[in-house]
Amino acid sequence: MRFLSGNEAIAEAAVRAGCRAYFGYPITPQTELLEYMARRLPEVGGVFLQAESEVAAINMVYGASGAGVRAMTSSSGPGISLMAEGFSFLVGAELPAVIVNMSRTGPGLGGVTPSQQDYFLATRAAGHGDSRLLTLAPWSCQEAADLTYLAFFLADRYRHPVMVMGDGLLAQMREPVVLPPFARLEDPDKPWATRGRGRGERRIINSLRLDLEEARVFHRRLREKYREMEEREVRFQGEFLEDASLVVVAYGIAARVARRAVFRARSRGIPAGLFRPVSLWPFPRRELRRLAPGRRFLVVELSQGQLWEDVCLAVGEEAVSLLGEDDGSVPSSRQVEEMIIELTRVAAARAHG
Amino acid sequence: MSSLGWRRPGLTDKPFHYCPGCTHGLAQKLVGEVLEELGLLGRAVGVASVGCTVLAYEYFDCDMQQAAHGRAPAVATGIKRVLPQACVFTLQGDGDLASIGIGELIHAAVRGERITVVFLNNGIYGMTGGQMAPTTPLGFSTTTTPEGRESERSGFPLDVVALLRSIPGVAYLARESLSSPARVLRARRYLRRAFEVQEKGRGFGLVELLSACNVGWGMDPVEALRHLEEKVVPLYSPGVFRDET
Repeated sequence: MRFLSGNEAIAEAAVRAGCRAYFGYPITPQTELLEYMARRLPEVGGVFLQAESEVAAINMVYGASGAGVRAMTSSSGPGISLMAEGFSFLVGAELPAVIVNMSRTGPGLGGVTPSQQDYFLATRAAGHGDSRLLTLAPWSCQEAADLTYLAFFLADRYRHPVMVMGDGLLAQMREPVVLPPFARLEDPDKPWATRGRGRGERRIINSLRLDLEEARVFHRRLREKYREMEEREVRFQGEFLEDASLVVVAYGIAARVARRAVFRARSRGIPAGLFRPVSLWPFPRRELRRLAPGRRFLVVELSQGQLWEDVCLAVGEEAVSLLGEDDGSVPSSRQVEEMIIELTRVAAARAHG
Repeated sequence: MSSLGWRRPGLTDKPFHYCPGCTHGLAQKLVGEVLEELGLLGRAVGVASVGCTVLAYEYFDCDMQQAAHGRAPAVATGIKRVLPQACVFTLQGDGDLASIGIGELIHAAVRGERITVVFLNNGIYGMTGGQMAPTTPLGFSTTTTPEGRESERSGFPLDVVALLRSIPGVAYLARESLSSPARVLRARRYLRRAFEVQEKGRGFGLVELLSACNVGWGMDPVEALRHLEEKVVPLYSPGVFRDET
């Protein structure tokens, strides 16, 4: 067991998952991840390169991944925006890659405090043209390591970019972490990779499809890929859901606060539960919908109604309330608890009225 | 037997899509010949960019990647760093390389990446129908400088070779025009030299090939070659500017 920050846990887990190429650019609050890789990757014979920009970094990932190596980059909001074009090209060229977003506050330069305001960016608009990222959202340093490790295998399995979305708090806080074992580094079978054709057939990494039939075949495959992800890669965690009349929905660091509030509420005799999406896309929509009858939902997020939209789509807007912090602060569990009490009181009054 | 009826060294049998009179096909033919001559095709990974070079991945008989607009040097960096034994090259036009991708180009040169950049400079955006490029000569009319490029509004033509000359990571730097048979043969020698520099691990290499875009320039092919020789060559003087073989 080691005592690691979220940034360090992610970096070390990536190395253990077989990441042998990292390209990044400094930005708060993920810079320690870049620094860790600068020290660590040469020790295992990997490539570390500080790129001149996030635009260059994601395109270096594209080149390295196209050459068959497990590759990653990391950044925070403003840098992630710059990478959006690259995400779309990775999807279009069907290249695996892992992207870490330790998100920060606000549009523009915003602030460096924790936020979850890149939820839409990750789940809706990662890049142009029907490109979606498989997005995983850890809530602890342990899970940051575990999900990063998983992300490399999912990326290879689907030949698709995977985003690990944390926040500034998770990036900086330290917790005990049990690291995953070193993955066996047998050359993953990537017959599509451009490593030099030798005497064989040449291979092409490409996202341009001018021929209608070729485009049709690709889009069918992409659709099937997304469908398969929706079938197999939905991840969530629930607590006290059976008897809960009020379900708090939260992910990442907000779920840590929400969980404490749920425990406090239950100690007061309020039947509250916690639903925590772990995969933000694919979103556990069906699992939430199954809970909907007779329940109220409280969404707690560090953004203004982004997760809320997905919950509304699953259970209907009428049943959903929102506690959204958008100024870079994290609500206290007391605040969440008070909202649970208030919503329960209103519901009870309605039932009696 | 290929569908063309003859074999082109280093190239596939896919017919070029270039407009009649364009020198892109000629440039790619030279690169293909040099790759085959040096025995590099089996170890080569080429990077096509965006613009008229976009379909280059169809033509070279080696592994190819297609890159986003301007990003070919970054993609090539990613490839070369994880495959140091590979021969990695990019093909980029002047819009791709000198405008949207100038940052990626300069920093690949600064790092001395052991890649070879083949830069096709025809002073115009050909694929999108003839807009001004950073390399467009002053006075030249394009669809976005209908009165001719003037420096007050659109700045001065960018000389990429001059820009790169100050960078120590550059190990090979040459420019030639594709406007006459003698020049074409010289261009071919420069390309060969550039790939040899990469093989020796000396650093970053770039060969600029001054090219004709007769359609985009609104000329017939012969007129375009004459224009290239008389108007463009004096602006971008050919030669070898660095050679660390």
